[in-house]
Amino acid sequence: MRTLISALFIGLMSITSSQIMAASGGVHLDPVEIDLSDKASLQRGAKTFVNYCLSCHQASFMRYNRMGKDLGLTDAQVKENLMFASDKVGDTMTVAMRAEDAKKWFGVTPPDLSVISRARGTAWLNTYLRTFYLDDAKTTGTNNSVFKDVGMPHVLWQQQGYLSHNEAGHLEQATDGELSSYDYNVMVTDLVNFLAYIGEPSKIQRLELGKWVLLYLFLLFLVVYPMKKAFWKDIH
Amino acid sequence: MFASLMGWVDARFPATKMWEEHLSKYYAPKNFNFWYFFGSLAMLVLVLQIVTGIFLTMNYKPDAALAFASVEYIMRDVEWGWLIRYLHSTGASAFFIVIYLHMFRGLIYGSYKQPRELVWLFGMFLYMALMAEAFLGYLLPWGQMSFWGAQVIISLFGALPIIGEDLALWIRGDFVVADATLNRFFAFHVIAVPLVILGLVVAHIIALHEVGSNNPDGVEIKKNKDKNGIPVDGIPFHPYYSVKDIVGVVVFLFIFSLILFYAPEFDGWFLEKDNFVPADPLKTPEHIVPLWYFTPFYAILRAVPDKLMGVMAMGGAQGLLFLLPWLDRSPVKSIRYRGPYFRWALTLFIISFLALGYLGTQPATALYTNMARVFSIIYFAFFILMPWYTSIDKDKAVPERVTMK
Repeated sequence: MRTLISALFIGLMSITSSQIMAASGGVHLDPVEIDLSDKASLQRGAKTFVNYCLSCHQASFMRYNRMGKDLGLTDAQVKENLMFASDKVGDTMTVAMRAEDAKKWFGVTPPDLSVISRARGTAWLNTYLRTFYLDDAKTTGTNNSVFKDVGMPHVLWQQQGYLSHNEAGHLEQATDGELSSYDYNVMVTDLVNFLAYIGEPSKIQRLELGKWVLLYLFLLFLVVYPMKKAFWKDIH
Repeated sequence: MFASLMGWVDARFPATKMWEEHLSKYYAPKNFNFWYFFGSLAMLVLVLQIVTGIFLTMNYKPDAALAFASVEYIMRDVEWGWLIRYLHSTGASAFFIVIYLHMFRGLIYGSYKQPRELVWLFGMFLYMALMAEAFLGYLLPWGQMSFWGAQVIISLFGALPIIGEDLALWIRGDFVVADATLNRFFAFHVIAVPLVILGLVVAHIIALHEVGSNNPDGVEIKKNKDKNGIPVDGIPFHPYYSVKDIVGVVVFLFIFSLILFYAPEFDGWFLEKDNFVPADPLKTPEHIVPLWYFTPFYAILRAVPDKLMGVMAMGGAQGLLFLLPWLDRSPVKSIRYRGPYFRWALTLFIISFLALGYLGTQPATALYTNMARVFSIIYFAFFILMPWYTSIDKDKAVPERVTMK
């Protein structure tokens, strides 16, 4: 009986399956490996981000100098290569576009991307960025597999080219882009990696600190457990 | 020097007396097992929540236009802010895990029974206050789930006849959840409810120390005292249980840190994905799901077709827990010596509670709703049939003294 009840509780603790599937329109989401220690990938992602995303989207909680520090760049390097929208390195990544203009142009204000990786998940972003397809019904000329009737046009069309549905209903290349499909996937992976980074910059410190805390607690256990044993040796 | 200083204090304040009554000469049964760690752990988490809460308050802005950004400010720009915030958010879920295990201990060893009815009642009021505290706090990050969760729960008051809608309006301070709601929730979360919780904790412990702790055998150790009036199966809480609880604390903190540092969202169970989207009154999320510790009751609410009846069922599910000391008619406390009826009833109850908890997180499909109905019936049957099955149960003989197994 006791074991049964204990087993039930252990069962409760080990439920880790996802609560609710993110709305993906039933499309399979391609997972992507996030590696915050890959500075080169993060720097490439940052470059893509400031060149292609930061004209409409903001990351208004992310500061340029914090990003530089975490990505291994000096303030001067950040200013020269990554700052087109602001002039102070302590600024956050905001854009000049007014919300009401954006709404007029896209039908919706482009969302702030600071924590988009935590809201949508990296697999969703990875799939979203690679599944724009041609759709004449849309004013932007493209639609998206995981975000139906999205207001955003296919910004990376020059790199990816355009996809369209074939007769079997699968996406295939309609026009070629500047990048091979392999190189485009790398570009998206880097961008998603960067979005994951700005979603939680402190994750780098979190993972780093965690092991020391666990080590400390383990060593503390080696002290307190014998102490308990010693105090209790006469209790039977 | 120290003795004379203590003498001076003791002549004016019962410091030594309190120390002895509650720690060094509080005799606890010597046979506490694993399940007895969770009382002291609950205290630890309470302190953790208060301390981290104070530091969060220094940078959090209870303003609908600023709240979401201020949480991200804490996560990014405040020194160690991310750690403080994760301690608080992980601590909230840890609090409920610890409290549920603590309550489960009470159930299996009959700790709610005579003479500990008031210990149980204070504990139940604490549980209610804790749920209120968690609900109020969950609005503060001002994400989509904060907003819509509060919207749904407050609208439940609207189901009450006649006064319902006015009451919901009065609670919100606006026609929808808005800045006014956020401000008052903040006030309740940081001062009103914590004061209630602290007061109840004191009452809970004073009541416990008045009657003495139960134990896994359900034997009253005060019935067997030596010539000095000390229970023969009792040992002073300090140092014996203080050194033992420290081991529990270290093990707990290890598991807690694993989650805190490596999975603070716990795959959406501790921090929901949708709460990283700022609150938007114009956009209802597809699934509005409360955090896991409310979901058993949320499932019961949704299982009942009528809204008012659903609210009453949800209230009843919590209310029945208060009545436990009087519903249980068996003279035996511990599950070790109780008959098969109670054992089976408790097993089914725990399965139902966990199943309802799971169903509460899922979309209410026809199948899931029917399953929630079955489990709700079992949940209620556990309490309603209890006077009957506990009085005819084939309990075993309870030993005179505690056992060390």
